[in-house]
Amino acid sequence: MGLSPVLWQFLVNWLHNASLFPAEASTIAPYTDALYFFLVLMTIFGTTLVAVLVVFFSARYSRQRSPVATQIEGSTLLETTWTIIPLAIFLVVYVWGALLYFRIYNPPTNAMNIYIVGKQWMWKAEHPGGQHEIDALHVPMGRPVQLTMISQDVFHSFSVPDFRIKREVIPGRYSTVWFEATKAGNYRLFCSQYCGTQHSGMVGWITVMTPGDYKTWLEQSTSGQSLAQNGERLFASMGCNSCHNGTAAARGPDLAGVYGSKLTLTDGRQILVDDAYLRDAILNPSAHVTAGYAPIMPTYQGQLSEDGLIDLVEFIKNMQSDYRVQQTLVTAASGESAPTTPPQAAGER
Amino acid sequence: MSTAIGNTIVSLPDQSTARLPKRHYINNEYGLLSWLLTEDHKRIALLYLFSVTFFFFIGGAFAGLIRLELLTPQPDLVAADTYNKFFTMHGLIMIFLFLVPSIPGVLGNFLIPLMIGAKDLAFPKLNLLSWYVYMAGGTLTLAALVLGGVDTGWTFTTPLSTHYLNTHVITAAMAIFITGFSSILTGINFIVTIHRMRCPGMTWFRMPLFLWSHYAASLLMVLGTPVLATTLVLVALERLFGIGIFDPAKGGDPLLFQHLFWFYSHPAVYIMILPGMGVVSEVISTFSRKRIFGYTAVAFSSVAIALFGFFVWEHHMFIMGVSSYSALVFSLLTMLVAVPSAIKIFNWAFTLQKGSITFETPMLYCFGFMGLFTIGGLTGVFLGSLGMDIHLTETYFVVAHFHFVMVGGGLMAFLAGIHFWWPKMTGRMYPETISKLAAVTTFIGFNLTFLPQFVLGYLGLPRRYAAYPPEFQVLNVLSTAGATVLGFGYMLPLLYLAWSLKYGAIAGSNPWQATGLEWQIASPPPTENFTEIPIMDHEVYDYEWLANKTKKEVTTVG
Amino acid sequence: MDSALATTDPADLHAGQEHGHVSLPQHRHHFETVEQQREAGSFGMWLFLLTEIMFFGGMFLAYLLYRNWYYPAFVVASNQLSVRIGTINTMVLITSGFCMAVGVWAAEMRRRSLLVAMLVTTTLLGVLFLSLKYGEYHEKYELHHIPGNNFNISMFTNPAGYGIKEAPLPPDMAQKTQVFFFLYFAMTGMHALHMIIGLGILCWLISRARRGDFSAGYVAPVENFALYWHFIDVVWLFLYPLLYLINRHPMH
Repeated sequence: MGLSPVLWQFLVNWLHNASLFPAEASTIAPYTDALYFFLVLMTIFGTTLVAVLVVFFSARYSRQRSPVATQIEGSTLLETTWTIIPLAIFLVVYVWGALLYFRIYNPPTNAMNIYIVGKQWMWKAEHPGGQHEIDALHVPMGRPVQLTMISQDVFHSFSVPDFRIKREVIPGRYSTVWFEATKAGNYRLFCSQYCGTQHSGMVGWITVMTPGDYKTWLEQSTSGQSLAQNGERLFASMGCNSCHNGTAAARGPDLAGVYGSKLTLTDGRQILVDDAYLRDAILNPSAHVTAGYAPIMPTYQGQLSEDGLIDLVEFIKNMQSDYRVQQTLVTAASGESAPTTPPQAAGER
Repeated sequence: MSTAIGNTIVSLPDQSTARLPKRHYINNEYGLLSWLLTEDHKRIALLYLFSVTFFFFIGGAFAGLIRLELLTPQPDLVAADTYNKFFTMHGLIMIFLFLVPSIPGVLGNFLIPLMIGAKDLAFPKLNLLSWYVYMAGGTLTLAALVLGGVDTGWTFTTPLSTHYLNTHVITAAMAIFITGFSSILTGINFIVTIHRMRCPGMTWFRMPLFLWSHYAASLLMVLGTPVLATTLVLVALERLFGIGIFDPAKGGDPLLFQHLFWFYSHPAVYIMILPGMGVVSEVISTFSRKRIFGYTAVAFSSVAIALFGFFVWEHHMFIMGVSSYSALVFSLLTMLVAVPSAIKIFNWAFTLQKGSITFETPMLYCFGFMGLFTIGGLTGVFLGSLGMDIHLTETYFVVAHFHFVMVGGGLMAFLAGIHFWWPKMTGRMYPETISKLAAVTTFIGFNLTFLPQFVLGYLGLPRRYAAYPPEFQVLNVLSTAGATVLGFGYMLPLLYLAWSLKYGAIAGSNPWQATGLEWQIASPPPTENFTEIPIMDHEVYDYEWLANKTKKEVTTVG
Repeated sequence: MDSALATTDPADLHAGQEHGHVSLPQHRHHFETVEQQREAGSFGMWLFLLTEIMFFGGMFLAYLLYRNWYYPAFVVASNQLSVRIGTINTMVLITSGFCMAVGVWAAEMRRRSLLVAMLVTTTLLGVLFLSLKYGEYHEKYELHHIPGNNFNISMFTNPAGYGIKEAPLPPDMAQKTQVFFFLYFAMTGMHALHMIIGLGILCWLISRARRGDFSAGYVAPVENFALYWHFIDVVWLFLYPLLYLINRHPMH
């Protein structure tokens, strides 16, 4: 927008203070607001134009002043005009909106990742460091944050109006959204997709902190186990390590460093390994068999909660070598007690 | 000169001598059975009028309850589960039992044969059947309500509706399934009638625009509704047998439901608005004494809306993780479908130019329509624009936009049509001053109700919330206040139209001096409509032809 | 498209009208001519069939999606359907369609007994189709292949135990056979429902045909019903290969 920043701030703050406008608390918000102002102007212009035409014609050509109507068939010129001009405006809006869409939904590569699980009727946030939150999310200011979200039951929608972001949280597949908060403070989080009785109770707060505060918070709220560590225990207790251990005799593919790589499947498809792929491969293994391996992996559908899956995904993501996996095997073989899995890691939290 | 020309074109017969025709469709037969078994399209239209009015006020009562609950941030009037049932019932009743059948069922049924110079619709029995099917669906909806309600929202979103709710989802789904057949039967009947029953000389381009818009809406009904039927059958089966065609845990795809549902439910909004646009064309032409500016463009824009309307459904799913490239295509098509509506608005506005305009009640409702529909349409562009949609979708902005189009557009047009053709349907006029007051009240109340909701939407308040954060209360109170005014505005017509049935002035055959064939026969029309089939020997909206005809009649009588 | 209506030659219309009134008691008063009535009837029927296409279209879309996702499960599940019964049923339905067509011809030729005979044959073939279909459904019921809580995948995870020469499916894919069977029952069930409605109408047509209602030049109901019956045939002609013949060859 060519509007001067001072004027912009004045306008936005004035509207916000009048409770007519949400706070601008993310890097995206000003872009969304610019398009919004354009669209509002378009609406005011269009409505005023129609109103002026109707009022003017009504006054000028009322029956008293214009007793006899002049019949007009139409006018190709006029009609073309009011076809082309709205079309042109709408196309501008289209392109503008599309650019904004890609800006909102394409995360920068350096974004930090936080997992969100939606369930009736709460939001669970899981930080890679193992911090868990319910109906709250603490994020640092000035750093892109990507949310990888999934629902455990029905459709939900993760909406933070002050950031101008929103994305459906869908059962059975990961969806992502990102933002970079610009102002410290508390911002409302809503579930905006109707999800059952307590839909309006599925709300929470996003707390934006300065990087220093955030660091303190991270340290104070850790559960002692990072997601990857939880995942490692699950990996052993679910018996994943008996096949995926990178030894010569392993019946399953080596998972060290697999995240982000290109994989060839038995049916010849080339697949980029990402969060969604890993999750799918655990639940529906037979559709995701790496070339050269037999389809012998059982499904874990129904045996792992979404949190457990996130732990596993996070573990595999961070797996650089098979050393620790093989260590657990050795421990198990030598008859010593295997690392115990905390019960909440696999079950509901 | 100025004394001779009044500010009205209403020309009623001399009340001291005027009488209703001896025999007309209402008094042709007596008794309840003569109504319940009638095959006369005009009587079926009246059956529809009673039933859609009934359902409108039930749906309206729910709207009132919703607005009352939202007066305060806490769910203190009713609990959340009851509130959810309220908005579900409001949506189901208003959409499937009021908006979809209102204009086609009442005005379409009554007027299509009259306007094309036919004695009836092509399939009178099917027409009666469609009313019974509609009533069956309506009764089942009420049954779902009485048995304890349903709280899926009108969108039946899976897997919520299939596996997570224990209310009467199947009853409600079957009710809507059945109601759908009523709409299919009406659509088939209209299309066949318009194709095959036009009187000699009634070429496609001599048809009133009311017929074009009903034709386009019928196409949507015939092609869209069956897909909704399939979807609802699948939802019911999934719920009954616990299978997972839409449940990801069992291998199903919940987005498939969204695709199938919106494939009908987006075109459905054009089913609701297109017939209204037809009404507006008739009224504006009549009260500005002019042929509609660019008749062909208006006619074809209806068909274009019907055509494009089928290919924009995915804009309801932009934030649901659909492919970005398909989102690009659907957003573009959404922008294109907005253009024909813009064309119509400007064509109506320029119809006024050099006209000879009077401001009777139907015209006031039409002005209301133009203003509100313009806002509704332009705010639709917000939602069609990909990036903007992310912030606005699922909020009160959508609620406001939808109501501006459907209530500000569809319902205003319905009221315009009812007021315009009331003298034709009943033979009597309603009191002019109070009806104008009602039109103005409705307009003011409507804006007061729904303008604040745009603001609420941009502030981010999600729809379907029984409780909301306290900072949103002021705007919600405004909205509820507006709803009170609006409710008053809707009650008024009920009263004075009922009053007019007995005490209204005799209208005569053509009180508005309109050109349509329906105005050239007695009011109320005789059962067989035309004693002999008319021949359309002039262009549509030909006011000179009408003037000559009237002059001739006067001279012959004199 | 509708020249009969657009014509403004009153003589034509008048002649038609008279003809109509004289020859046919079934001519309904609101139609100007018998021809107009007949055209309206068949046009309406075509529109109705269009809605039927859209109705089945939704299910075909679901079928395409899941077939693409779970192809191995669809292949194996489809192999459990009896191609023999499917083929016989296809033949039965095509024959009944043929009889219906002959029936229309008989009505137009005003041959009452042939018309009745053809309608009866059509009905019997329709009943035969439904009986065979019932046999298939019953078999699936006994095998616990009806989707729902009693659905059993052991035949697909362990085909050898059932004496079936087929590669076993991994359990997660075997679960997806339920999606196939759901679509199978939904699609053939909707088709069967249409046939049952059709048979009801056929009985009514037969009783009227025996009275001679359709042997005096008024054949619209027979014609329009034939359209409906042929439509059911056509739906089956899509269902049969899509459900029974997925990847049949390499297994045997």
